Amino acid sequence: MALAESDTMQGAKVEKPQGYWSGVGSRVVRDPVSMICLGVVLLLILSALFAPYLGLPDPYKGSMIARLKPLGTEGHLLGTDEQGRDMLARLIYGGRLTLFIGLMPVVFAFFIGSALGIVAGYVGGMTNTIIMRIVDVFFAFPSVLLAIAISGALGAGIVNSLVSLTIVFIPPITRVAEAVTSGVRALDYIDAARATGANAWTVIRVHVIGNVLSPIFVYATSLTSVCMILAAGLSFLGIGVRPPEPEWGLMLNTLRSAIYINPWLSALPGVMIFITSLCLNLLSDGLRSAMNVRD
Amino acid sequence: MLSYFFRRLILVLPVAFGVSVICFMLVQIAPGDPLTAIMPIDATAEEQAAMRAAYGLDKPLPVQYAIWVGNLVQGDMGKSIATGRPVAQEVFGAVQNSLLLAASAAVIAFPIGIFLGFLAGYFRDTLLDRAVTALSITGVSVPNYWLGIVLVIIFSVNLGWLPSMGAGPGGSQSWAWDWLHIRHLILPAVTLAVVPIGIVARTVRALAGDILTQDFVQALYAKGMSRGDVLRHVARNAAATALSVMGLQLGYLLGGSILIETVFNWPGSGFLLSNAIFQRDLPLLQGTILILALFFVAMNLIVDVAQAAIDPRIKRT
Repeated sequence: MALAESDTMQGAKVEKPQGYWSGVGSRVVRDPVSMICLGVVLLLILSALFAPYLGLPDPYKGSMIARLKPLGTEGHLLGTDEQGRDMLARLIYGGRLTLFIGLMPVVFAFFIGSALGIVAGYVGGMTNTIIMRIVDVFFAFPSVLLAIAISGALGAGIVNSLVSLTIVFIPPITRVAEAVTSGVRALDYIDAARATGANAWTVIRVHVIGNVLSPIFVYATSLTSVCMILAAGLSFLGIGVRPPEPEWGLMLNTLRSAIYINPWLSALPGVMIFITSLCLNLLSDGLRSAMNVRD
Repeated sequence: MLSYFFRRLILVLPVAFGVSVICFMLVQIAPGDPLTAIMPIDATAEEQAAMRAAYGLDKPLPVQYAIWVGNLVQGDMGKSIATGRPVAQEVFGAVQNSLLLAASAAVIAFPIGIFLGFLAGYFRDTLLDRAVTALSITGVSVPNYWLGIVLVIIFSVNLGWLPSMGAGPGGSQSWAWDWLHIRHLILPAVTLAVVPIGIVARTVRALAGDILTQDFVQALYAKGMSRGDVLRHVARNAAATALSVMGLQLGYLLGGSILIETVFNWPGSGFLLSNAIFQRDLPLLQGTILILALFFVAMNLIVDVAQAAIDPRIKRT
């Protein structure tokens, strides 16, 4: 943590010595926008997790006579969808799959990309060349195109979506991890550690990881919003989650047939995607400025 | 300069090779036998083997790849399983429509993004700056396929001003430069422009802010230069970076228009791609992705070379 700490101490006006993470924490807490966004994201995650205990109607049970009821209908606060299923219940249950598929690929890619990037940056030479040239190839695809290409070839399904989105986000994280690690690798304390006879694994574990993970982490958080939009987009295209599961992108797709009957109802699932991605973006920005990491 | 261009071109070749490998692998990772779609159900094992040999599927993967690339460089990308027409023909028609859409979105997005970003960077830490920053973060966060639906609800369903489907009257697939067709372009182009507006505004704001605080700006003012002339120096300094961001955005617009094309039934490459996915038309899927990715690679090359041409500070190595 030594490097990141000294940088932060010079940059921020902190009077008494304080741990790095507690400094970051207190700065995030003082930022009202970040706190509101954190609250919204936590609320969405918790309501999705505890959806079965909220006393909501069954999100799978439709009714032929109660289809496309408008917002504010009695018993259906947010109306009903094209099969008469309660929209509020489906939006809350929809958070389960949407948030899971929208966030997990970044988590997976964070671990895999960090590992690849740290190895490439630390070992250098031929290993670096091989890893980074493969990464370059993936950069030749716009992320949307790559996600759709892999998902389209693999076919619809939750696992396939997770796989394709993880593949999409590994290259950018690897590239950042490699750049940060190469920078740290050139510092004197690494040479000092090697001079004491520490092997590569020990140096990486003790001296490198602590100094590179926080910038990689901040970068990864900035990808969550894109990942959410892409994940829901795959379902919107019909190559993500399969019906009848509630998922925001898929709901947006199936409700498109209703835009002439009940237009605002059909836009609701998109509102959820938008709010989540906006909060994730703002939260990532807040974290970035609190950690004093520049891109 | 020319030698820089050629060196950069040589660096592109391995990337292009990698792209072709990934596109080739797309068909390999697809579940199921690629021949099930065209093979009669009652085909005997011998007939199946004959079919396999006819399509070269009995050869080892590297050989199949070599044959595929060999045909590719001769402009033969195989035949679409669904329509039986050559993939190249289908893709190029669709890519033209996608290019039209992407270019229109860029024409809308770049001037607005530059203007907003410059305002925010020049009047840093004012209310205006905060408004632009909020706007750009909203633009970056919005799922544009949803925004497309919202615009359809407002301008097609409620107001009835603009059509929501296709590229011309009656869902026409062909394009012409008249108002009847341009009307169809407006909503998808505006929808597609929102994300790049946010990104360009963000970039230009950061650039303008950085450059305005540099010493040379003070020096120019100190020697009595007018504000307009100073801004010209600032713009010149920002041009290379801004240009590279915009070039990449144009590439993203082309590759990322798939969702928007689906929303508006725009007959472009994205529309072709989603048809290919649902009909399990793997040669078509492969060809479309390959062309779009190669276009993006070419765009990267052009941006790099243009950047080096504009900004002499960039080392031509």
